Amino acid sequence: MVTKLKEVDAVMVGMGWTGAIMARELTKAGLDVVGLERGQDRIPKEEFTLTQLRDELRYVQRIELMQDNSLDTITFRNEPDERALPIRRFGAFLPGEGVGGSGIHWGGLHWRFLPTDFRIRSALAERYGAKAIPDDMTIADWPVSYAELEPHYDHFDKLCGASGQAGNLRGNTIAGGNPFEGPRSDDYPNKPIKTGVGPAIFRDAAKSLGYHPFPLPVATASAPYVNPEGITLGACEYCGHCNRTACEANAKASANVNVMPVLRTEPKFELRTRSFVSRLLYDKAAKKVTGVAYTDLRTGEEFEQPAGIVVLSSFVFGNTQQLLLAGIGEPYDPKTGRGVVGKNYAYQFEAGGTAFFEDKWMNPFIGAPGMSIAIDDFNGENFDHGGLGFFGGGYIACNNGGAPPIGSRPVPHGTPRWGSEWKHATAKWYQHATGFNTQGSVYANARNFMDLDPTYRDALGRPLIRLTYNGTDNDHKMSHYLLAKLDGIIKAMNPTHYELHQRPKKFTIVPYQSTHNTGGTMMGSDPKSSVVNRYLQAWDAHNLFVLGASVFPQQHGYNPTGTVGALAYWSAQAITTQYVKNPGPLVHA
Amino acid sequence: MVDDTRRKFLLGAGLAGASVASGLTGELAAATPAEAAPAAPQPAATAAEPETYLVLTATEVAFMSAMADTIIPADELSPSGTDCGVVAYIDRQLAGAYGAGDRVYRSGPFHRGAPEQGYQLALTPREYFTAGIAAANAWSHKTFGKELDRLAPAERIDALKQIEAGTAKFENFSASAFFNRVLAIVMEGFFSDPMYGGNRNMAGWKMIGFPGLPALYREKVDAYYDKRYVAPPKSIADFS
Repeated sequence: MVTKLKEVDAVMVGMGWTGAIMARELTKAGLDVVGLERGQDRIPKEEFTLTQLRDELRYVQRIELMQDNSLDTITFRNEPDERALPIRRFGAFLPGEGVGGSGIHWGGLHWRFLPTDFRIRSALAERYGAKAIPDDMTIADWPVSYAELEPHYDHFDKLCGASGQAGNLRGNTIAGGNPFEGPRSDDYPNKPIKTGVGPAIFRDAAKSLGYHPFPLPVATASAPYVNPEGITLGACEYCGHCNRTACEANAKASANVNVMPVLRTEPKFELRTRSFVSRLLYDKAAKKVTGVAYTDLRTGEEFEQPAGIVVLSSFVFGNTQQLLLAGIGEPYDPKTGRGVVGKNYAYQFEAGGTAFFEDKWMNPFIGAPGMSIAIDDFNGENFDHGGLGFFGGGYIACNNGGAPPIGSRPVPHGTPRWGSEWKHATAKWYQHATGFNTQGSVYANARNFMDLDPTYRDALGRPLIRLTYNGTDNDHKMSHYLLAKLDGIIKAMNPTHYELHQRPKKFTIVPYQSTHNTGGTMMGSDPKSSVVNRYLQAWDAHNLFVLGASVFPQQHGYNPTGTVGALAYWSAQAITTQYVKNPGPLVHA
Repeated sequence: MVDDTRRKFLLGAGLAGASVASGLTGELAAATPAEAAPAAPQPAATAAEPETYLVLTATEVAFMSAMADTIIPADELSPSGTDCGVVAYIDRQLAGAYGAGDRVYRSGPFHRGAPEQGYQLALTPREYFTAGIAAANAWSHKTFGKELDRLAPAERIDALKQIEAGTAKFENFSASAFFNRVLAIVMEGFFSDPMYGGNRNMAGWKMIGFPGLPALYREKVDAYYDKRYVAPPKSIADFS
């Protein structure tokens, strides 16, 4: 028995960053909006509080803020001829759950993609010749330019109260910032977070080698700040507990702190939590969705929520799964290369290192991701790939994000993992180590994709998403190149001891790596090669908009959230200024 | 807020520190032959109150105590694993939601996957440790003629190395994977907030100089730049 509810103007499927931003913009334009979220509500003044947030076991090890895999997970295999098995508890990546989604437990690293990233296929063809791009490298130009997105990047900076050092202000290079970044229309709202000891040594070493170090930009306010929604943010406390945890200081940006307080007071908005959207209601002939069906997880009751506009604003896997289940867009077939839904799954190809300085006090528990220093000299097309045998790159950073002790106790390689020798090494080095990472891109490959699993099902009986993913030769070569550059910088830092951490040859879902999963519902300039158009509107359902990193054609060498936020504002602007006046395709195929 | 009774208990557990009971129950300790006494130096088990366990059996307590004290032996850096409450911690974890497989996808079919596909057994963590302890003791009995907790100290270290490396062959059960799970839960018990029963007297935090709470360093970050930060550690109970 399905209860049919009264139609609303718009419904959000997921209330993380993108659902909250879109709901806010649509209600501002006068639309009635329902936000459906399958997880629980998360209210900062009740949940983002001391002392509970200092509980590493609860948040970092038992991953309290992450998706409940007993309700839903994905299956995984490295290669198409293998049997995919369910990820029984997330490990390599950690999608969040509840209001705020993955935007609560992130570290807050806040980047923009390079202008050339948005036209990467064209840029590579111009610089190296079209034939230099391997046939199986299915990268694509974005259907939107950096210049078009810039105002939205700027707005998202301000919403977040981001802290950093501009390197390119309206075309002028600013010393101490990232000289490779695209021109910014405005500076960061807040000054950089203070630099840590290890990152400062990295900065000096990088400079001595002719590189261009700068403070890592973060969506964390370094000082109290009032954002454009009128919400007052607090200043970062350098607590060292950002990752996998919420922020009690209201300094690290999240939808919960930076958007939801105004949305909660908006009469045109209604939030329904524990509401698990089972499917999109698709009228193929009319090329429209009529609404969504969902299950109230408190009672098991099913509802249909008709809506004029449906916004898919869940994680990469959920967005892709909904389109495959509804039959919207042609599923990707890796054998023929035909189809688009599930295509161009990409990831972040990180590697790194650890250095030990016996005479330096790192105080690693005093931490904030913004205390880190990066160089961008080997990202995207910031360097010449001629003769290197790979494309792509990434920023290289020395990190200072905190070191909660269950999970973060580096000792030199070769130290036993237990016993008296382990104890002595841990006691000796805990306060003297600093870590590094290379934030490598993943240039999409024809063999990495998502489809529906033939065997395993979620709590609603729906087929799980099946992920087929492995690292490519291109990406491994890229990663080795970045590690060699990192090696040179660490040597110049003159540590007592150091080691580099290469990626294993095969991707594994076990140790944590990155929650920068991308692709599956890629945006593009025509329906043959993409799922959504430049405004994130589905080619096959004009009142369906798909938000989040699932629309990325590939993943570049940066954290994705800055671009996810900017795209949400870009899409919202198109809906409120164009679509609501004249509903229909915003781009004609 | 922690209620008064619980708070007093937590504080009591913290203050008791090194004088708190070893992981062995009185009964089991009494039944243990003298020559097979646990390897690590320990305070007299009879002097303190016996630990109360929720789910671990006496055999499992003996096994986990032996593991905890071999992984974290008493020395000048900290008391032994059991004296730091590691076995009490493990017992409580396995008795609760984590031990019951909370938020884990547990639908079949179950297949042995590639290592890259992660854990694929049907067992909850509590069931997994029960099965692993049985397998480890069976191997130890076959190899050394007795259970792992009854081995002499040097022999036990050797046994752990074999289990860690996977050269110990358990009956249809991965020895090295089991060792990794034991190592992980022992480290949790040594470094998690003391309110979970381990890290008594914040011994794990003191060993490395982790100050715990409240971790508000905005006014301190400059003053302690490249200078040793020393503060007596505080736990959640200290602020509750």
